[in-house]
Amino acid sequence: MAENTITKGGSYLLEEHSLEDVFTPEDFTEEHKMIGKTTEDFAFDQVQPVLEEIENHNFDHTVKLLKQAGELGLLGADVPEAYGGLGLDKISSTLITEKIAVARSFALSHGAHVGIGSLPIVFFGNKEQKEKYLPGLASGEKLAAYALTEPGSGSDALGAKTVAKLSDDGKYYLLSGEKQWITNSAFADVFVVYAKVDGEKFTAFIVEKDFPGVSTGPEEKKMGIKGSSTRTLILDEAKVPVENVLGEVGKGHKIAFNILNIGRYKLGVGCVGSSKRAIEISAKYANERNQFKTPIAKFPLIQEKLATMAAKTYALESAIYRTGGFFEKGLSHLDDAEGAEAANAIAEYALECSITKVFGSEVLSHVVDEGVQIHGGYGFMQEYEIENMYRDARINRIFEGTNEINRLLIPATLMRKTMKGELPFMEKASGLQEELLMMMPTLSDEEPAPLEKEAELIDHAKKIFLMTAGLAVEKYQMELEKQQEILRDLADIAIEIFAMESAYLRTKKAMEKDGQEKAQAKIDLTTAYVYEAFPRIEKAAKHTLSSMEEGDTLRTQLSILKKLTRFDPINEVSLKRAIAKRVLEAERFVV
Amino acid sequence: MNILVCLKQTFDTEERITIEDGQISDDGVEFVINPYDEYAVEEAIRLRDEHGGEVTVITVGPDRAEQALRTAMAMGADKGIIVDDEDLEDADEYSIAKVLAAVIDDLEYDIILGGYMAVDDGSAQVGPRLAELLEIPHISTITKLTVDGDKVEVEKDVEGDTETIESKLPILVTAQQGLNEPRYPSLPGIMKAKKKPLEQLDIDDLDLDEDELEGKTKVLETFLPPEKEAGKILEGELEDQVKELVGLLRNEAKVI
Repeated sequence: MAENTITKGGSYLLEEHSLEDVFTPEDFTEEHKMIGKTTEDFAFDQVQPVLEEIENHNFDHTVKLLKQAGELGLLGADVPEAYGGLGLDKISSTLITEKIAVARSFALSHGAHVGIGSLPIVFFGNKEQKEKYLPGLASGEKLAAYALTEPGSGSDALGAKTVAKLSDDGKYYLLSGEKQWITNSAFADVFVVYAKVDGEKFTAFIVEKDFPGVSTGPEEKKMGIKGSSTRTLILDEAKVPVENVLGEVGKGHKIAFNILNIGRYKLGVGCVGSSKRAIEISAKYANERNQFKTPIAKFPLIQEKLATMAAKTYALESAIYRTGGFFEKGLSHLDDAEGAEAANAIAEYALECSITKVFGSEVLSHVVDEGVQIHGGYGFMQEYEIENMYRDARINRIFEGTNEINRLLIPATLMRKTMKGELPFMEKASGLQEELLMMMPTLSDEEPAPLEKEAELIDHAKKIFLMTAGLAVEKYQMELEKQQEILRDLADIAIEIFAMESAYLRTKKAMEKDGQEKAQAKIDLTTAYVYEAFPRIEKAAKHTLSSMEEGDTLRTQLSILKKLTRFDPINEVSLKRAIAKRVLEAERFVV
Repeated sequence: MNILVCLKQTFDTEERITIEDGQISDDGVEFVINPYDEYAVEEAIRLRDEHGGEVTVITVGPDRAEQALRTAMAMGADKGIIVDDEDLEDADEYSIAKVLAAVIDDLEYDIILGGYMAVDDGSAQVGPRLAELLEIPHISTITKLTVDGDKVEVEKDVEGDTETIESKLPILVTAQQGLNEPRYPSLPGIMKAKKKPLEQLDIDDLDLDEDELEGKTKVLETFLPPEKEAGKILEGELEDQVKELVGLLRNEAKVI
């Protein structure tokens, strides 16, 4: 793939992306669909029947099912063919992650194995390490886990206390410390562990469970995802051969942060699958449940919930596959890449990874919450799937970097890329003030073309971001990182823009291909999402501007904001009823 | 062993049927291999793995039906043949059996498998008709199949009992639920299927005359079954209940 077709991470805030550069679910190949179906059938037919036993910590099922998944090829998508995997494109591996999500706790075991467990070796292992470990990981013969968090270092990952000391004969590192909340720890054969060599140099190691000095603690009792194994990994002078250093000594943070990036993206992907499932079971329930001799699906307040759930899910799905498309272009030619190259390719989209993580987990939170509400009292009962999903969803806003940390990272990443000269943020921001002062609102009596108004709102949202972020940088400069509330507001605006725009571009692409009539469901979902998200952008901008300025300056800025946020409301009632009708007829998320 | 499987692409069994302008609408519908044909595909792959040889999957249908063949090939079938049905007007089981027979006439085969019926039309005719045209024996609705040399032994459910039948190759058998548990197309299988040969034929390629293929039956009307209405629970004394029931059967349901 030519270098010039690669989209720059974060560039969506500063420019318009062309439709050809946006991957959408409508671009799936037949193979993609078949891979999705095999994954879905496996999750429903093989995993769901034993899920309850898995939730009771019968991990024999998990291990057996992971091996079965390996036979089907569901563990090898990201592993190159040369090392026993399938070396599939990133859209295929995204689809696997999405479709396996309905297997709940098991999906987490699967994700920890193929994602944060195996990928450090895929991207950063040397030839010998790849040859030794990847074939087993791809087949499911060996299972992987990732050990970064410690009791005293969660979000502050580099504050790890686990130390590594070179043995006197120079052949081993002796690792000592405790890693906490390690997914898959009950049955993992291989752990990617971070420790500081001589207490200073943060380094990644491949640690086998049978190395002397390696053990695990008791199972944790958790609020949700009860069927994933979560234990402490105890390292007591664990003897790790020097050839098991992953990457370079002292460069562990490169691996840790980039694997986290991928992990964040994959977390968002899982949220697509779970959100769709919650919509499906809630729509079915609404059709079946009668109150006042009427299926509750006939009540507009239930319909409105389903419509909002669907619109958010549409925006999320669009954002996810758009990002998947970026990765496919950025990573596909790196089949046997050197670690540094892979790290750069992943880091390019760090901002999008944080967005998909935060947005995905919060869409899912909303969707399962309303799902429970639609189920009424039954939604509070454990035998109903939605009750499980509600509890399982909560962790998504916490792990892989809390949503707060990820929000701070979004403007920080943008600034870093600006400083490095990778994005023309400053050029775009300066001069904007003047343009905005001169700007006259476009008022037209003509009925706008479908999505014309939405496109304008997205354009205005980008201007709002540039204006607000530009002012914040100007005012606080290097001190900006201390203004967490402002950074949060900027992140919220950036997230909403990415979500709105991804939905918009996807729908636009579908309209060009199939015509307006066939894309009507997508148009409705996009419209519903944009009109819901836009006021949130206005609110965040107002909040930030009011905290930075006062008096006349503030009044001028607020008047600019007012120009940018002026729009006529639409009939959201009829729009959402139309969306809900489709969801209720199909009893699933449909576009 | 040369194994042929005849299959049909049908609506996913979870799809809702909607009628537009007197016809079943396939707008936005998910298609699958007819579930009974899927048993046939699985059985064919197992036979091939046991006895060697090749599995060829054959379908008559529109372009989209190619996907069903690709799925069968992703499961493990070796090659596919699709006959374009665009020139077929008012095709019915008679026409399809004729087309399949013409395709198969040019092929070498030891055994032909298919589902015992398709879940859409549900006629269960194409298998037996095809066997008649090819002048080979057929056994329908089998639940077990053993091939040893040219000896064939099958089991089938008969009114809750099992019947065992012996026959000889070449033969056509149709699959009933219980024959096996079809495998999922594995990811390596899916990637390989892309490269397997798929032959596209139309009626002209088969030296068939379109007029000869016109169906023997005609669809006069397509309609959905009436919506199920809420049931009624009769209350009161037994005698009154019986009286009310008789009244309802006579006046409302009009069945007596």
